[in-house]
Amino acid sequence: MSIDVKQISKTFGTFKALDNIELKIATGELIALLGPSGSGKTTLLRIIAGLEKADHGEIYFHGKDVRTEETKDRNVGFVFQHYALFRHMTVFENIAFGLKVKPKAIRPSPEKIKAKVHELLKLVQLEWVADRYPSELSGGQRQRIALARALAIEPRVLLLDEPFGSLDAKVRKELRQWLRRFHDDLHITTLFVTHDQEEALEVADRVVVMNKGKIEQAGTPEEVYHNPASVFVLNFLGNVNLFHGRVEETKATKMYVRPHELTVSRNPISANSIKAKISFINPAGSVVKIDAQTSDGQLIQAEIAQEEYKSLKLKRNEEICLTPKNITYSEYDI
Amino acid sequence: MATRTENPWIRRTLIGIALLYLGLFIFLPLVVVFYTGLSKGLAVYFQSFSDPAALSAIRLTVLTALIAVPLNLVFGIAASWAIAKFDFWGKNLLTTLIDLPLSVSPVISGLIFILLFGAQGAFGPWLMDHGIKVIFAPPAIILATIFVTFPMVARELIPVMKAQGNEEEEAALTLGASGFQTFWRITLPNIKWGLLYGVILCNARAMGEFGAVSVVSGHIRGQTNTLPLHIEILYNEYNFTAAFAAASLLALLALVTLFLKSIVEYRYRAELKAAVRTENV
Repeated sequence: MSIDVKQISKTFGTFKALDNIELKIATGELIALLGPSGSGKTTLLRIIAGLEKADHGEIYFHGKDVRTEETKDRNVGFVFQHYALFRHMTVFENIAFGLKVKPKAIRPSPEKIKAKVHELLKLVQLEWVADRYPSELSGGQRQRIALARALAIEPRVLLLDEPFGSLDAKVRKELRQWLRRFHDDLHITTLFVTHDQEEALEVADRVVVMNKGKIEQAGTPEEVYHNPASVFVLNFLGNVNLFHGRVEETKATKMYVRPHELTVSRNPISANSIKAKISFINPAGSVVKIDAQTSDGQLIQAEIAQEEYKSLKLKRNEEICLTPKNITYSEYDI
Repeated sequence: MATRTENPWIRRTLIGIALLYLGLFIFLPLVVVFYTGLSKGLAVYFQSFSDPAALSAIRLTVLTALIAVPLNLVFGIAASWAIAKFDFWGKNLLTTLIDLPLSVSPVISGLIFILLFGAQGAFGPWLMDHGIKVIFAPPAIILATIFVTFPMVARELIPVMKAQGNEEEEAALTLGASGFQTFWRITLPNIKWGLLYGVILCNARAMGEFGAVSVVSGHIRGQTNTLPLHIEILYNEYNFTAAFAAASLLALLALVTLFLKSIVEYRYRAELKAAVRTENV
C-alpha cells in the first residue's frame, strides 16, 4: 500500500518535532528514516500509525485520507523500540492477540488462530518458544516475536521503530539481513527508523535523511551516499575530511573528502597532494585506518586497502602525501 | 547487603530494642485484646456478637466497606492512569490532593462533611427540605470513609503504572484492540498485584476508621454505629468483655490483612521489578 505524507507538522510544547514533511512512499518499498535523535523520525512513524496526531497536514493510505481513522482501524503493524511484548502473556498469546480482539463476526476460529500463530512462528524461525514468556527470551528473539505479532493482523504497512537499536552488534547484523530477505519475500510496504547510517544504507530501498524535523534528502542509498544534497547528509552518512580553500580572490570554499577517497603515497603525485605526518594507524579491520596531521595541525583521516598498507610499509610518525580522488565542494562565500 | 563492620553488640542491642518495642506496643496489646475478650469463656465471647447492637455495627461496617472499597478501586485506577500515562495541566496538584486525606486529621475529615451536609451546613437546609438524612446517618459514614480511604488504591498503582509506561497499551491499539479491550486484557493484568495490595489496605482502613466516622455518626445505637464506634461505647459502659470481644474481631481483620498483605506484597514487588527490568532491556 502506498503512503502519502503531505505537509505534516508537529510541535511538542516549544519544540518543533516535524516541520512541513512531504514524503511519498510507493507500494512495497522498504524505507529507512535516518537521522540523529530529536530529528523527528520516530514522531513521523507514530503519526503514520495514528499514535500521535499531527498539528497540520494530511496522511493518505492508498489515496485515502486516514486522519480521522483511529490507530486500531488503520491496520498498521508497529514494532516498538523496546518491543512492548505483553509481559503477562506467552509468546503464543502475544502473537494471537491481534486475531483474538477482532470483532466476533470476522474473528478466525481458535483452530485457525492456532494455525496462523504457528505459521508466523515458523516465518520468524522461533517455533520452539511458543509457550515461553517474553522475559525468558533474548533481545533478538523478542524482536522477531514482536515482528510476528505485528504481522498477525496482516497489516497494510509495517512500521519499525529502531528495530535493532537495543541489540548487540552481531545480532544486529544478522537481523538486518534477515529483515531485507524477509521484505523481499513478503513485499509489504515497510518503514523503519534508525540512527545508524550503515543499517539504513544496507537494508533500505530508499533512505530518507532527517534533521531537525525536516527531510534533508530522500533517495536510494547510492544517491544519498554519493550525491549528498547537503553538508548534513554528507557528514551524517560517514566520516569526512574538511579542507578550506580559495577558488578566487574573493571566494572561499569548503571541500569534503571521504577517508577512502584519499590516495596515500610516499611522494606527491599531483598539485593537490597534501603533506602530513602519520599520528595513528589502526590496521585491525577490512581496511587500514590512518590518522595524519598536517604541518598546521589539521587532522586528516584516510582509509586504504590492506595490500596497499603492506606494500607502502607505513609507520607512525612517517611523512606521507595524501591526494584526494574525489572532492565535494560546498558553501561558496566571500 | 550492607557491610557488617559494626560491632556485633551494637547490632544485637539495636535488634533487641526493636523487638522489645514491637512486643510492648503491638504484641502485648494484641494478647490483651484476645485475653480480655475470652476471659469469661467462649460462650460469653460469642454471645457478645449476637447482641443486636453488635450485629448492626458489623452490618454497617461491612456495608460501608462494600461501598467505599469498590468506589475507591474505580477512582484509584482512573486517577493513577491519568497521572501515570498522561501529561496535563494540574497533574501535580492532583497528585498532592490524592495524598491529602493521609495528612489531614480524621476529625477534620469528618468535620468537612458536617460543614457541608449538617443542619447549618452548605447543603443542610436543602437536604432537610427534601427529607434526605446524611449527617448522623449511614450516608455520612460512608462518605467520610470514602474520603479517608481514597488515597489507598491510587498510591499503590501510580508507581507501577509509571514504571510500565504505555508502550504495551499502544501495541494493543496498533493490533486493533479497542480501548476497553486494551484496559481489560493489557492494563489490568499488568497491575493486578498492585491493585490487590491497594484494595487490601483500603479495606482495612475502611473497616477500622474511627475518627472521621465518629464525628459524623451521632452514635445512635443499632443504627449509626460501626464496629470501632460500637467498641468505644461498650468500653465506656465498662462492658470490657464485650468491648474486647468486638475488638478482637477488628484485630483478627488486621492479622488477616497483614497475612494477605505480605503474600501480595511479594508478588507486587516482583511486578514492579519486572516492569523496571523490561523497561531497561
